[in-house]
Amino acid sequence: MGHMLDALSPRLLETGPVDLAAAPSGTNFRRGRDAEGVEWLLLDMPGRSVNVVDQSMLEELDGILGELERNPPKALVIRSVKPSGFIVGADIKMFDGLKSAGEVEEALGKAHAVVDRLEKLSFPTAAIIHGNCLGGGLEIALACKRRIAVGKAKLGFPEVMLGLHPGLGGTYRSTALIDPTEAMTMMLTGKTKSARAAKRLGLVDVAIEERHVAAAVSALAKGELKSAASDGLMDKALATGPGRRFAGERMRSKVAERARREHYPAPYALIELWQEHGGDRKAMQAGEIRSFASLLVTDTARNLIRVFFLREKLKGEGAGKSGIRHVHVVGAGTMGGEIAAWCAKSGMTATLQDVATAPIGKAVKSAARMLEKVLKDRIAIRNALDRLIPDPNGYGAAKADLIIEAVPERLDLKKKIYAGLEERMKPGAILATNTSSIPLEDLRDGLKDPARFVGIHFFNPVSRMQLVEVVRHDGLSEETLKTTLAFVTDIDRLPAPVKSSPGFLVNRVLTPYLLEAMLLLDEGVEPEMIDEAAEEFGMPMGPVELMDNVGLDVGLAVADELRGRLSTPIPEAPAWLKEKVEKGELGRKTGKGLYTYGKDGKPEKKRHEGTIQRADLTDRLVLPLLNTSVAALRENVVRDEDILDGAMIFGTGFAPFRGGPIHYARGRGVAEIVKRLEELAEKYGERFAPDAGWADLRQEERAAA
Amino acid sequence: MPQPVYIVDGARTPFLKARGKPGPFTPVDLAVQCGRPLLMRQPFAPDAIDEVILGCVNVIADEMNPARVATLRLNMSDETPAFTVQINCGSGMQSIDTAFRYVQDGSRDLVLAGGAESLSHSPMVLKNDAVEWLGKFNTSKSFWDKLSTATALKPGYLVPEIGLERGLTDPIVELNMGQTAEVLAQMFDISREEADRYAMESHHRLARAQEEGWLGTEVMPSFDRDGKVYEADDGVRPDSSMESLAKLKPAFERPFGKVTAGNSSQITDGASWVILASEKAVEEHGLTPKAKIVDCAWGALDPSIMGLGPVVSSAKLMRRNEIALSDIDLWELNEAFAAQVIACLRAFEDETVCKDVLGLEGPLGHIDRDRLNIDGGAISLGHPVGTSGNRIVLHLANALERTGGRRGIATECIGGGQGGAMLIERVM
Repeated sequence: MGHMLDALSPRLLETGPVDLAAAPSGTNFRRGRDAEGVEWLLLDMPGRSVNVVDQSMLEELDGILGELERNPPKALVIRSVKPSGFIVGADIKMFDGLKSAGEVEEALGKAHAVVDRLEKLSFPTAAIIHGNCLGGGLEIALACKRRIAVGKAKLGFPEVMLGLHPGLGGTYRSTALIDPTEAMTMMLTGKTKSARAAKRLGLVDVAIEERHVAAAVSALAKGELKSAASDGLMDKALATGPGRRFAGERMRSKVAERARREHYPAPYALIELWQEHGGDRKAMQAGEIRSFASLLVTDTARNLIRVFFLREKLKGEGAGKSGIRHVHVVGAGTMGGEIAAWCAKSGMTATLQDVATAPIGKAVKSAARMLEKVLKDRIAIRNALDRLIPDPNGYGAAKADLIIEAVPERLDLKKKIYAGLEERMKPGAILATNTSSIPLEDLRDGLKDPARFVGIHFFNPVSRMQLVEVVRHDGLSEETLKTTLAFVTDIDRLPAPVKSSPGFLVNRVLTPYLLEAMLLLDEGVEPEMIDEAAEEFGMPMGPVELMDNVGLDVGLAVADELRGRLSTPIPEAPAWLKEKVEKGELGRKTGKGLYTYGKDGKPEKKRHEGTIQRADLTDRLVLPLLNTSVAALRENVVRDEDILDGAMIFGTGFAPFRGGPIHYARGRGVAEIVKRLEELAEKYGERFAPDAGWADLRQEERAAA
Repeated sequence: MPQPVYIVDGARTPFLKARGKPGPFTPVDLAVQCGRPLLMRQPFAPDAIDEVILGCVNVIADEMNPARVATLRLNMSDETPAFTVQINCGSGMQSIDTAFRYVQDGSRDLVLAGGAESLSHSPMVLKNDAVEWLGKFNTSKSFWDKLSTATALKPGYLVPEIGLERGLTDPIVELNMGQTAEVLAQMFDISREEADRYAMESHHRLARAQEEGWLGTEVMPSFDRDGKVYEADDGVRPDSSMESLAKLKPAFERPFGKVTAGNSSQITDGASWVILASEKAVEEHGLTPKAKIVDCAWGALDPSIMGLGPVVSSAKLMRRNEIALSDIDLWELNEAFAAQVIACLRAFEDETVCKDVLGLEGPLGHIDRDRLNIDGGAISLGHPVGTSGNRIVLHLANALERTGGRRGIATECIGGGQGGAMLIERVM
């Protein structure tokens, strides 16, 4: 913000005797020994915005540790000089090319040796931790004798999200240092701890502000920095085998509530590792290496790692700075309100316009609730609400860098609004629509500057749905597209560039899946059984419940909108579904839809009978989704299959451990899927006829083989 | 060479009647609510503003220097200085006067001057005796000391007073503000009926202005966190009648007093801002001036008759600028009490007041009711003390624009025995 703070901020990082202004060394670490004899080891990996644990970093560290053993300092401190934090984890690419568990074990063994060497140093050592200290980063910090958390440090073990558990000593060092149940919970959930929470656990020894780092280091050198870890009653109980077995059972049942063992083996492996070897460091180290290596080569881990890279890829679509500081949203309905609130949460000024003030009021209320959940901090919530500016007069239109229209789906209404906005928009501003059903070609018709018009399709609720479809059309300029994609990453969402075609990507692919579920209901299959089949496949929520969540009215309208406008078939919805909509049984929002909803907002599900036709059931749901994905790919709705897979995972929750629809199809075999589709077409109707696009995939498959 | 100073725009929140518990907005919340749309509709960026000055009397503990807190919460530049002014009921006008002097001397080009008050958030305070007891208890050293102090605690100590009540009592003459209006009623022979009639008109005038949309650009809706929208001043009673007003008991001096809750200003929350600009700023940003500020004068008198503050300050203002009553097209005279407004009108016509006190040759003259508070005032709108002085200047500028008048004076009485008056001229 202010010039003074800008000019002086660089002074806020304590770097001991090392002058950062001096030319970068080109190596991962920069070092210096201060007047008290403390060695400062500053991690600043070249060409990266964050530090990671990788081969080059470990090798360099190993060399430095050797020198320090020969020429011991009074104390050693390790810290990052990246603003983003300490170390965000191990570089997942580190294990690229390692095919077998044996190869992984060997590589891990070498890495362990370096970290063990750090642990064994004869003088006081500490990690100074600011920002993110995750995974391998936390494991290195745990090998130091003390940990100094600075400011808003965040510590955690996110490995479980990648289908893994800690593999660089984290499993035994964390359970040995703090209450093992707390350590296990951290590793099982992947949730991070704030500096204060970490101090309470004894995970760090002191939590201070940056301005006191030098004093803390000095205390370390004098041996005055006390350890915060203490052995409690719990530790003693869990030092026994029966104690761990009992605790492990409880953990297992907790994990089972959220993840099936056959889909997500890592948390179960971690619990077993601890139950068996907890307290025995040597055995647990060996076990950790073995278990990690075997997990790494599972499909689950490989696919979850793929999901990690898909996220990076989507983020990459929105690389660069958008420069957008002010967003004006027209239409304060659910979507408009959420979009504006999310922009305000992300630090932008967001004006929210509507013809009536009441919906704006409602939007402010929902924004307040959302911000309380997401931001938690009282002042941050107030500031975000201050940036969310109710604007019944539409003053913001003349000042915004981006205008997002989110009014009801009527072409004439939208066009009228655009005409008014074009008069008032500032030069260079972008006009966007959040339409999900009107072709952009129809909307851009008659605009003064179609090059600056684009589709930005958010999903509901914006605060939880990470995907945003950025919709192209034939008149759009590259510059507008680039800025829009960057805007989406600016607000911490994932952009998927899509072509303007009916339903874009996500709605189009999801609709046949949802309608097939409706047809199954029509045939008398119990909703609980349909949903269970989908959940067993790995969907976060079955299609019947999802339809209720979307709203039967909305789902039906989308299907009607798409039917006939696509090259691919959309089945007709059963008549009773339309009757339900007419009766106002719209789903969760009305308390009754396909399920009935209790006061807690959860569907009342009965236990279903039997397991008839289970194989067909799952395929009847999943294969239409794959078939439509292939059609969308063939029609170039998205550029490539990674974007498609990423969009379906982040836009619909498509089983992440399966790596996305196309990835799953390839894994199962294109020929096999085409064969199944033909069988289903024979049995249930032409809607299952394999799309022409499968031939392209098959050809690629052959070429690869 | 003094530079011309223009009022280019302004906006306020609806004035929200205090209803016995803290309202939805603190003073700064209110300043933010109306400041956001005001800044949003300007052609310049908020960081073009050189200084922010805000009047506020009842500052709450979380918002020391509310001007600065508002500046930062409005996302203006963190390099914009901001300060709060306090001269009781004149604070919102004092902020404009100070801004006016700054622009006039050429040192500033754009200044945001406002007033903010949340009377519903006035702090609860302990009675003086109770504070003394608490102090003694905290400094007692030994257990026995503490015990003996503890036994001196009287149950009444635990009952807090509303800070506002003490704030509305003059500490010099020990009269409540309403009592000072009773004093004036006697001096100028004002009847209960006259006071009630004035109050009724105030409500009817505001109701008409709201209905006609005359407050359209002036009043910006406010939105609270529970989704409630406040669109209009909510103290107005369009159906106010002589009968309904006559039913009310005297509020301050029973049984014979003439001042009632109905013919007094209301206890209310609200904020208001105006933007002052130099000739240079007007040209640079393509602004359209509403009015030019000509001068501002402040006067004082005995606190027991503080209600005549407008008389002493306006007389000073007119003499300094060599203008007569007949040169003024519109008056905004803050309606602290109906009796007090009528007293001011009578004082302008009073031989003794004008000759002996103001040193004029004769009475200043008669102010026609058609030129006075034409869209209602604090009796119907409410009187958020730090805000009212700002609102009357803003509304005067808008009313001159609407009626095609040329000159206007906005003036208010100030608890403690003072008055402020500002002369503005519509820019033709």
